[in-house]
Amino acid sequence: MARAAVLGRLNWRLGEVAELIDETPRVRSIVLDVTDWPGHRAGQHVDVRLTAEDGYQAQRSFSIASVPEDPRVSITVERLPNGEVSSYLVGELRAGDQLELRGPIGGYFVWEAQMGGPLLLVAGGSGIVPLMSMLRHAEAFGASVRARLVYSSRSWEDIIFRDELERLAAGANGLKVFHSLTRSQPPGWTGYARRVDGAMLSATAWPASSSPTAFVCGPTPFVESVASALVLLGYPARSVKTERFGPTGG
Amino acid sequence: MEGSEMRTDGNAIAGVLQEVFVREVTTGRIACASCGQVEPIGAEHAYTQAPGIVLRCRHCEDVLLVVTQPPRRHLLAFPRSRWIEIAATP
Repeated sequence: MARAAVLGRLNWRLGEVAELIDETPRVRSIVLDVTDWPGHRAGQHVDVRLTAEDGYQAQRSFSIASVPEDPRVSITVERLPNGEVSSYLVGELRAGDQLELRGPIGGYFVWEAQMGGPLLLVAGGSGIVPLMSMLRHAEAFGASVRARLVYSSRSWEDIIFRDELERLAAGANGLKVFHSLTRSQPPGWTGYARRVDGAMLSATAWPASSSPTAFVCGPTPFVESVASALVLLGYPARSVKTERFGPTGG
Repeated sequence: MEGSEMRTDGNAIAGVLQEVFVREVTTGRIACASCGQVEPIGAEHAYTQAPGIVLRCRHCEDVLLVVTQPPRRHLLAFPRSRWIEIAATP
């Protein structure tokens, strides 16, 4: 057992749903109590497995939203059209239910406070989830990490973690948040209203000369266009870490 | 759907690779035999929609690694990779 733990064997565990938080009309956070959870690092993910009564299984990966300092594990899930797993997690799961999961998984798309900053985070839609874990971790660590977030959502109502981001931006860390709303904007909106492009990043991102580390997460075309734009702005390719959602099977 | 939209990153296949190697390996490096570039496994391009997973070089898109999982086995093929470097366990 000790040897398995050292080597990192992935074991399926049961998590009990402690709390469900509706973040937007289509997105819900699921807070889990997981027995013997070994702890995680910001940016890692878990695999969730659902088993039907006839034995049919479906498995998906979800980024961890909670901070490593939190003993409970939370994932934040967007309901996808015809998504067999996300529909269940967002629509049917109830507090007290049990969920099978394994993790934490991954080591590349990870940020720890001692890695320092400045930090540039660029999110498209629910790509905010692993980046939120990083921001929460930075806040828990203290005021020494400088971070900026460029966050593209479809509308004001679709901004996940909107209130918490506002609170973090008002805090001692000096986080700067730049929202872009691509489909609809509330009356009087003064923020960006287009897809994230080179001009927007040029105006919002840390200059390459300050040696920032960038984490970009979202749909595959979004991530690839942002990563290319950052390289054109002088970011070394190796300082731009990406997590593409790919063709989400839901 | 375009092939490029199917693409994810090596870190998306960290779970499967951890089943095979029984440790986290996506921070380890892999060398492409076609173009010679060396990158962290987590930074390469991964395709997971086939029966099995395919890791391709982010520079030249040649196939570095294929993992398939028939019952009770892991099958690994390294069509165009020269070496993999993973950290020794402490």
